[in-house]
Amino acid sequence: MLKKRLIACFLIKNDLIVQSIRFNKYLPIGNPKFPLQFLNKWDVDEIILLDISAHKEKRKLNLKILENLSKSCFVPLTVGGGITSVEDVRQFIRNGADKVSINSSAISDPKLITKIADIFGSQCVVVSIDCKLDKDGIYRVYKDSGKISTNLIASEWAKEIENLGAGEIFLNSIDRDGSKIGYDVKLIKKVTNAVSIPVIACGGVGNFSHFAPGILDGKASAVAAGNIFHYIEHSTIIAKMNLLQSDIDIRMDSEATYKGRQFDKTGRLMMMSKEDLSKIEFTKGKQDLI
Amino acid sequence: MKNLINIKIIDYGMGNIQSVKNAFELFDSKVEIISDPSNIKNADGIILPGVGAFSNAVKNLKERKLIEPLKEAVINKKVPLLGICLGMQLLADKSEERGNNEGLFFIPGEIRKIPHKEGLRLPHVGWNEVTIKKKDPLFKNIIDKGSFYFVHSYRFECDDEFVVATTDYGQKINAVVRKENIFGIQFHPERSQRKGLHMLANFISYIKDTKV
Repeated sequence: MLKKRLIACFLIKNDLIVQSIRFNKYLPIGNPKFPLQFLNKWDVDEIILLDISAHKEKRKLNLKILENLSKSCFVPLTVGGGITSVEDVRQFIRNGADKVSINSSAISDPKLITKIADIFGSQCVVVSIDCKLDKDGIYRVYKDSGKISTNLIASEWAKEIENLGAGEIFLNSIDRDGSKIGYDVKLIKKVTNAVSIPVIACGGVGNFSHFAPGILDGKASAVAAGNIFHYIEHSTIIAKMNLLQSDIDIRMDSEATYKGRQFDKTGRLMMMSKEDLSKIEFTKGKQDLI
Repeated sequence: MKNLINIKIIDYGMGNIQSVKNAFELFDSKVEIISDPSNIKNADGIILPGVGAFSNAVKNLKERKLIEPLKEAVINKKVPLLGICLGMQLLADKSEERGNNEGLFFIPGEIRKIPHKEGLRLPHVGWNEVTIKKKDPLFKNIIDKGSFYFVHSYRFECDDEFVVATTDYGQKINAVVRKENIFGIQFHPERSQRKGLHMLANFISYIKDTKV
């Protein structure tokens, strides 16, 4: 059966990967090339690349960078940042994107979703939604990097973009972004209940135990995060082993799997006991069957 | 100088051709993206990629006058062809996507929407296990039930005789089809990590082995 997905989301600002905190503070991490290469080797299922300042600066993501990144990416690459027309989509795809993500333009010009889907197919259109829990207890959609409220209710907007032809929803919680306290599962549930297209949950992952509730309780088809993957060796593999230990079916092709290892409450890998360490011995590998 | 295999990727204006080219460039081959029909001639292997709607794809192939040269190469000269995703679906006789449209008639079959089932979201997006039904050069040294990346809403329905591998999404979906020198892959090998790249390498080996 179809497996759940673990997705890494790279936010790009001034051509560098940044860490985002509540959509208003950004810490530079560095050249996107290196994390992209590492995560590819570490069994990530998909990568989403978003230029977060492109729309505001009325330009598009740097196509040269996209072309270079795509060369070392062998998992699906979704790309967003400043798309306002079908022609933009064509250019992104020509330079190595497999899918595109639109956000602000979907709100100002909803017909664009249908136009892109008509030509490139629904599966190519990921509509990204940034949501915030308003004081009246209703989740609403925000635009322009989460600064301006649109008065659209999250679940209703999700339904509408599905009808317009979107293939997937990339759901981000502004309140949880960079908070490290876990997904807003209530928000995820509201949106997954409203639509029948796959929903990707994002925003708030602070440790590796935070991924599973997005799928088990939120019913998301894929779980995404950004910041957490940058600082730990084998980050995506460890995230996946946590998901597998929660009985979630996810692809694990890597040689290093951390199978049978213990994780603490926050999903961090624990030391092996001296007894277990002493049992480890070298065995000759079999012929490589992929 | 080594005799490199000439791989021609057909550009009909709507594929993730760059991703496909990136993948083939990893191997011992000369990869070229072509949209001019006269360039198909000296191909050792042809790739028909594709992301998008069936009707548009057929329209574009027609407008660029690519269909006849494709038939000449693939049917008459038996040049190996690999169709990926929409490119695979184009190999069929017809599709019901956005009205009835005729395909390339390369592998007898029809493209129909994946029937809606409770609890299964469409499009069918993500990594799914592929069951090998028949021994095939494309799966050389690739394990059964390996995961590959799918993204589609329509499926290729054909006689079992052409089915090489399937996947399960609440119902059977043909993942790899083949008729003689014509191969079709529903998932995206160029974006399915090591296993996917291995399949593409297998396709190149097939070309080398069958090249006269």
